[in-house]
Amino acid sequence: MRTIELSNVTNIVKESVIKINYELDNSLVALIQKAKSSESKEISKSILSDILDNQDIAREGNIPLCQDTGIVVVFLEVGTEVKINGDIYEAINKGVRLGYSEGYLRKSVVNHPFIRVNTKDNSPAIIHTKLVSGDKIKLHIAAKGGGSENMSTVVMLTPTEGIDGVKKLVLDTIFNAGGKPCPPIIVGIGIGGNFEKSAVLAKEALLRELDDSSKDKTIKQLEDELYTEINKLGVGPMGVGGDTTCLAVKINYFPMHIASLPVAINIQCHSARHIEVIL
Amino acid sequence: MIKLTTPISNDDIKLLKSGEKVLISGIIYTARDQAHLRLIKELTLPFEIDGSTIFYVGPTPKREGFSIGSSGPTSSYRMDKLAVPLMERGLKLMIGKGDRSEEFRLEMIKNNSCYLIATGGIGALLSSKIVSSELILYEDLGAEAVYKLEVKDFPCFVAYDIYGNNIFKDN
Repeated sequence: MRTIELSNVTNIVKESVIKINYELDNSLVALIQKAKSSESKEISKSILSDILDNQDIAREGNIPLCQDTGIVVVFLEVGTEVKINGDIYEAINKGVRLGYSEGYLRKSVVNHPFIRVNTKDNSPAIIHTKLVSGDKIKLHIAAKGGGSENMSTVVMLTPTEGIDGVKKLVLDTIFNAGGKPCPPIIVGIGIGGNFEKSAVLAKEALLRELDDSSKDKTIKQLEDELYTEINKLGVGPMGVGGDTTCLAVKINYFPMHIASLPVAINIQCHSARHIEVIL
Repeated sequence: MIKLTTPISNDDIKLLKSGEKVLISGIIYTARDQAHLRLIKELTLPFEIDGSTIFYVGPTPKREGFSIGSSGPTSSYRMDKLAVPLMERGLKLMIGKGDRSEEFRLEMIKNNSCYLIATGGIGALLSSKIVSSELILYEDLGAEAVYKLEVKDFPCFVAYDIYGNNIFKDN
């Protein structure tokens, strides 16, 4: 057994939430640059240009990329040969509290659906845990904004609606969301499992590498077709029209009940902030 | 491109056409969902609502030596119904992001006001156009409190104009 000190978990969470809110990932910056060079509409090109300037200002000027510094989502993988002395969830939340305070990040979490008192430290994080083999801990940490999350959905299609049904649902959802989720967006889609599994699959899909594709041939084809068709919707950057509505489409799937075809669509704004760390 | 200085007059509103870039200078106020809920119940306000501009934003905390934290727009549709009584009292410009309801758009035209959008997710860049910020109402709301901002050439686009044009539909 390998013992992992919880203070290390707290530290890595603290440093990660600060880093992702100030520095956009280089692979994402490259995709936005590519989109800008092929965008035909002038106002849309100028918005993409501002997005690129913004990430330079944030990186160099010590100011968060966006005022919505998100609610923290953690996908935690724990190796079965790891020994943890204490409460790892509390260690993660402590990292969130320290990071959002020391990093001058906005506290965007309220305690109750209707009383809505701010928790004042951005905790608690939403944590999904998996047991895996090995003696390490992996944390995939994301800061997810409210605007794009509000435009996300879960729908239980019937099996015979098939690929065409999924396509129509995705295109309608993105068209109707318009500029609200801050396009150009990244689209995470979860298909299968059941009601709640599809939503988790969609969130996990958003955390994939930007340049990867599904290993399943049919799913890969659907990712490619949706990417092309979403960009033909004409929503454009911030909804003002143009060729750039999405930067990537990622689909994760899971076996499901014979009666069901669950589909979850999780939308990510252009400020996709997440990082993977291994302890 | 049009340059406007606050407060905003009816003649200023006539100049604004959907899709056009606008640079705003002067005093503007911040308010989001919870602040709107309270503002519409206030009989007197600590600022002149007639000719005013409201920016839908909840900034990040400001660092020492900065005028404000990261400050980009939030989605405007959540304020659609709550904006109507403020427009009836003279609110002229609203700055946010995204499409809004048809009911809002018609009320906006009726009240001779205008809806502008700023680019979402570029709060670092937009904060550089904010010269100073001062908390004036509802401190308990934290990031959702009302701040008085002085802005210089704050960049927006006209989304809905009084002539019935809509940047989200006409593209």
